[in-house]
Amino acid sequence: MDFLFRARKKISKFLKAFFSKRQSRIGIYGPPNAGKTTLANRIVRDWTGDALGPVSEVPHETRRARRKEGIVITGNNGGSITIDIVDTPGVTTKIDYKEFLEYGLEKDEAVKRAREATEGVAEAMHWLREDINGVIYMLDSTLDPFLQVNIMMVGIIESRSLPVIIVANKIDLPDAAPQRIKSAFPQHPVISISGLEGSNVEELYEKMVEYFG
Amino acid sequence: MIQGVQIDLISAERLDKMTMMEKIRLILDDVMEGNIVVLEKGLAPEEQSKLIELTMREITPDGFAGIEMETYPAKEKPGFLDRLLGKTAQARLTVIGPADQMKTIKKEKDFITAWVSSR
Repeated sequence: MDFLFRARKKISKFLKAFFSKRQSRIGIYGPPNAGKTTLANRIVRDWTGDALGPVSEVPHETRRARRKEGIVITGNNGGSITIDIVDTPGVTTKIDYKEFLEYGLEKDEAVKRAREATEGVAEAMHWLREDINGVIYMLDSTLDPFLQVNIMMVGIIESRSLPVIIVANKIDLPDAAPQRIKSAFPQHPVISISGLEGSNVEELYEKMVEYFG
Repeated sequence: MIQGVQIDLISAERLDKMTMMEKIRLILDDVMEGNIVVLEKGLAPEEQSKLIELTMREITPDGFAGIEMETYPAKEKPGFLDRLLGKTAQARLTVIGPADQMKTIKKEKDFITAWVSSR
């Protein structure tokens, strides 16, 4: 009897592993202050009622990658995807603690933030190499999309053949020019949103179901 | 002595003979000394990823603040047939310098203007 029970359990485990769809890990990448955590919080709140991390106007507020598992996003046609959302620290090639002093931080605090931010960037790159299956690349649509870090990151993502959706964020601001982002990266889908106000996020969810499903 | 900035121009042939870590170490050691490095042929995406990661590990308060790097956007992605023939997106001329000495003034698809100060 015990043998039969163990055999049934093993077969069930095997079938489950064989037929269940792998849960994709979608990383939200982009330069600092593009609105990655704001979007991550919105996705998690819209689909689970929870939140992921704090946001701030001081760059490098997110200094550790944060993952929320098992988010089910349903599209208008009834199709759905189950994903893990990974909110990553903003990627840059330079970090100077003096930049944080301008936001009123004390020197010790600024130095600590800079050190944690460098570790966070390295961690984000490691996640991209090892543990990410798809990318939402966030850009601030009020800024020049041809920043070197954007060109490098999109190149790195393409070289890994990961599906990528580019998000032109902050369209609620008067200087927003999402068209510049569309012309800079014509090879990828670009969705214009305001993560803060939530405008047009439904279009992003539709694209995520279509693209990451 | 005349004040100035050293510029090292590294040929594509020399880069082709180097391993990923040799290239990254050469760039970082050079830039941390306050020099500007010009690569005739830029870095592959995997090398750029590693360069960002290792740059972060070298940053210290009141010391090295990271790198400023400029390159042109990649030319059109290789098509299916190109990839079958082993062709990859061509890396392009790249300029790398210390973040506290080099600033990009203007950048377009085919034109880069950078400004460099001595230490």
